[in-house]
Amino acid sequence: MRHFFTILSHEIRMLLVNPSTYIAATLFLAVMGFFFTGILQDYSSAAQEVSPAQVFFEIFWFPVLFMIPLLTMKCLAEERRLGTIETLLTTPVTTAEVVIGKYAAAYLLYLLLWASTGGFFFILYRFAGDIHFMDTGPLIGGYTFIAVSGLLFVGIGVFASSLSRNQAVAGILSFTMLFGLIFGLGFLNDALWLDRAVLAPVKEMIEYAQVIEHREDFTRGVVDSRQLLFYLSGTVLALIFSILSVEAKLLHN
Amino acid sequence: MPETPLAIEVTDLVKSYAGMVAVNGISFTLKRGEILGFLGPNGAGKSTTMRILTGYLPATSGQVRICGVPVASQPDTVKRFIGYMPENNPLPEDMRVSEYLYFRGRLKEISRSKLGPRIDEVLELCDLKRVRHKIIGKLSKGFRQRVGIAEAILAEPPVIIMDEPTIGLDPHQILIVRDLIASLRGRMTVIISSHILPEIEMTCDRVLIINQGHIVAQGTPDELRRDILGHSIYQLELAGDPESLATALTKLEPTLKISESGEPDDEGFRTFTLTTAHDGDLGEELLRALKTPDFRLRALSRSHPTLENVFLAATRRSWDVKAEELPKN
Repeated sequence: MRHFFTILSHEIRMLLVNPSTYIAATLFLAVMGFFFTGILQDYSSAAQEVSPAQVFFEIFWFPVLFMIPLLTMKCLAEERRLGTIETLLTTPVTTAEVVIGKYAAAYLLYLLLWASTGGFFFILYRFAGDIHFMDTGPLIGGYTFIAVSGLLFVGIGVFASSLSRNQAVAGILSFTMLFGLIFGLGFLNDALWLDRAVLAPVKEMIEYAQVIEHREDFTRGVVDSRQLLFYLSGTVLALIFSILSVEAKLLHN
Repeated sequence: MPETPLAIEVTDLVKSYAGMVAVNGISFTLKRGEILGFLGPNGAGKSTTMRILTGYLPATSGQVRICGVPVASQPDTVKRFIGYMPENNPLPEDMRVSEYLYFRGRLKEISRSKLGPRIDEVLELCDLKRVRHKIIGKLSKGFRQRVGIAEAILAEPPVIIMDEPTIGLDPHQILIVRDLIASLRGRMTVIISSHILPEIEMTCDRVLIINQGHIVAQGTPDELRRDILGHSIYQLELAGDPESLATALTKLEPTLKISESGEPDDEGFRTFTLTTAHDGDLGEELLRALKTPDFRLRALSRSHPTLENVFLAATRRSWDVKAEELPKN
């Protein structure tokens, strides 16, 4: 894994010098800030049952669906389109190091973007001067959820990028896969035809994989090891498939 | 690194893609410090062979050893021995030249302390000092090409493989690249492929011509000339009967043959190309022998075949072989 850090630092550097990163970050903060002020307006007009932090993390899917494809679509698709994957893989670097290095860089940037929303809560705390708004439990739970689920989401984005040499295709593919994971499974969970006894194991499986419910658990402070395992195993699977996909494309190009 | 005299050994290399055989039973060896020129028409299997040598593509069958290490079973070791510049020289668009070389150097396991001076050295060698802080995407083709070459020699590998390194360069830059490759002679084993045949002739110790996955000729440029084209070639402009010319020629020198004859022009003159295995100059004898009323000789010249002629002859010959084989199938 000695090349992992070389690739990671290179990727982070490339992300940091790339203007599109800053455009994406600005848009992200603008949209999230817009949501946050909306939430605060609700709170100023009427008393609410839950803390602002809990409501804020409810819209986690929005940045996930739009930011993850933008952050990850480039990573492997661009290398293949330019052909630089060939120069990369003819150095003593393994495919796994390349994929994991790129994954880690995208994940760190994703975390960094979310971490910057911590500023909203800090501003709220400074100007409201009321510790009441700063419900640390849901806040920590929410950010933990973002960090843990982000592992899988970014992994899916990297996998989508490994499937195509066209960035746009990779981006749409990862959007679709993430949409399927977050909303598709929720939709299936409500489907009546799955209630049949024969399909009970399938139904049970789908019930485990409810990302939206996981978010609720996390912000309530419930960290379920099954949910952690779901995200971790999903991440490992997505990365293994990405590595296989890169190698398979070499064999059949 | 194991000390074997052979830098590259290729035995019966076969690579087939979905029903199509790209490389079919290629074998060759290359000693340390030699420069090999790899010639062949487009789609002959040059790039595929080079990719297999670097361990980027797996071979269907056959064996490749780089410095005695088999590529198939120890690709990671072999990758440390090779500096590779792929076809079309892919480079990241949004990096600076020195940043790129630094990144590549780190990937090639050059220590941080050695990398800085080494980058200065290759920038100097490839005449890239002026653009070291420029963004690669904004460089001209010639500079990009030299960045690729700088990258290939960066880690001072024992074997350097470059797929068309001089493509898109102006004559001055070609000269620089040629000197650069020549300066590697003796220290590094180099394989280059090119379409610019005089290039190959000037820089390479040995030439390998492949066509449709087969080796059609190999040897030094001089050997190839002799093997493929015969020892000498003469061109005549002459009016007369080709058949009586052929008998007159055979009488003069048994190996002298007409290899090509053109169409007669208005005055009945045609251009004949003669080949012979005879080493000495036959010009005088030819003039004397053809000074009969049967023939009217207008011009005679002894031509010095270039590698281009060898290349065309070798690849055409293998096409002919291919065409003859076809009806049997």
